[in-house]
Amino acid sequence: MATATLALAGFFVSLYLWLWKLGVVGSLSCGPGGGCEYVQTSPYAMVFGIPVAFFGVIGYLGLLVVSLVGLQPRWVQRREPTVALVVLSGAAVGFTAYLTYLEAAVIHAWCRWCLVSAGIITAIFAVSLVGAVRRGR
Amino acid sequence: MAQGMNLKPFYWGLGVVALGGGAWIWTSMNRGGVEMYAEPLAVSETSGAASFPGYVKGSDAALVEVNEYADFQCPACALFWTLTFHDIEERLIRTGQVRWRFHDRPIDGSHRFARMAAHAAACGDEQGAFWPMHDQLFANQAAWSAERNPERTFRGYARAVGLDVARYDDCMQTGRFRARIQAEAEAADNLGITSTPTFVIGRMRISGAQPYDQFKRLIDSLSAKVAPSR
Repeated sequence: MATATLALAGFFVSLYLWLWKLGVVGSLSCGPGGGCEYVQTSPYAMVFGIPVAFFGVIGYLGLLVVSLVGLQPRWVQRREPTVALVVLSGAAVGFTAYLTYLEAAVIHAWCRWCLVSAGIITAIFAVSLVGAVRRGR
Repeated sequence: MAQGMNLKPFYWGLGVVALGGGAWIWTSMNRGGVEMYAEPLAVSETSGAASFPGYVKGSDAALVEVNEYADFQCPACALFWTLTFHDIEERLIRTGQVRWRFHDRPIDGSHRFARMAAHAAACGDEQGAFWPMHDQLFANQAAWSAERNPERTFRGYARAVGLDVARYDDCMQTGRFRARIQAEAEAADNLGITSTPTFVIGRMRISGAQPYDQFKRLIDSLSAKVAPSR
């Protein structure tokens, strides 16, 4: 339940950043500093020509679906959904760590919404890891 | 874990989060879109600082005037210049439909070179080359923004656009446009323009790196209103 709620929150954060990238959201609410726009317009905000935020939208949606599937009676006793959550969120945490490193060491600007997303994905990973360990016992 | 549990409250909670998120996105989209002024803006108000009308591009006979308030170090302004302005220039300004007026609106807290860049562009204007300097500054924003002191880089742009560098140096050293840039910033503040880029088109205001279609739609609607009265 916690992972589903967190994934939904992460989905909206990524959607917000992606819609800004598409020009649908006029200006980012980023507080003083404007780091969000600086980071989002840097070359690192695109991977293979696709905005990084779009990967976030898809990733969080995937995590939400897996979390909801894991709550269904048919799956609730099985380990697969929890393992899938650990693997998916673990990969996302790795990618997020790389992006956060880029903000700190290369771009020299902080995007608050990206940090919020980093916090959410780390929490999803931690919760699903605890769930997987408990199931393993 | 959830076996035997009633999931209904959880689904309701998730629904509330979804509704909250959807409302947030919806509000953000509308905030970045068009804001209507309650009252029409007087020409003197949209023209920026009282003594300086802004940098103009386009025909005096154009039916519609767009006032852009921008900061040379603002990434969204550079994004707008890269993605949208060329289309606007080619299809709306050169065809005589729109007159474009650029105003400095430096965001001091976050963009430490914004005023220096605005001043470099003003020194370019002194020699009739504001727009080439404007283009250089936006095209190379990522590079000079990362420098410790972009003064020499700006000088390089001045040389590249064909300015008399000695005159440019004198202009920069004396800082003769500082007061004017300050007046422009204050004028923008008085209009409530706190983010960049912001565009005032007639009585409408849009902010952010908006796409061409958005401008085209607004300009067409305004042209249609203005044209019959002429």
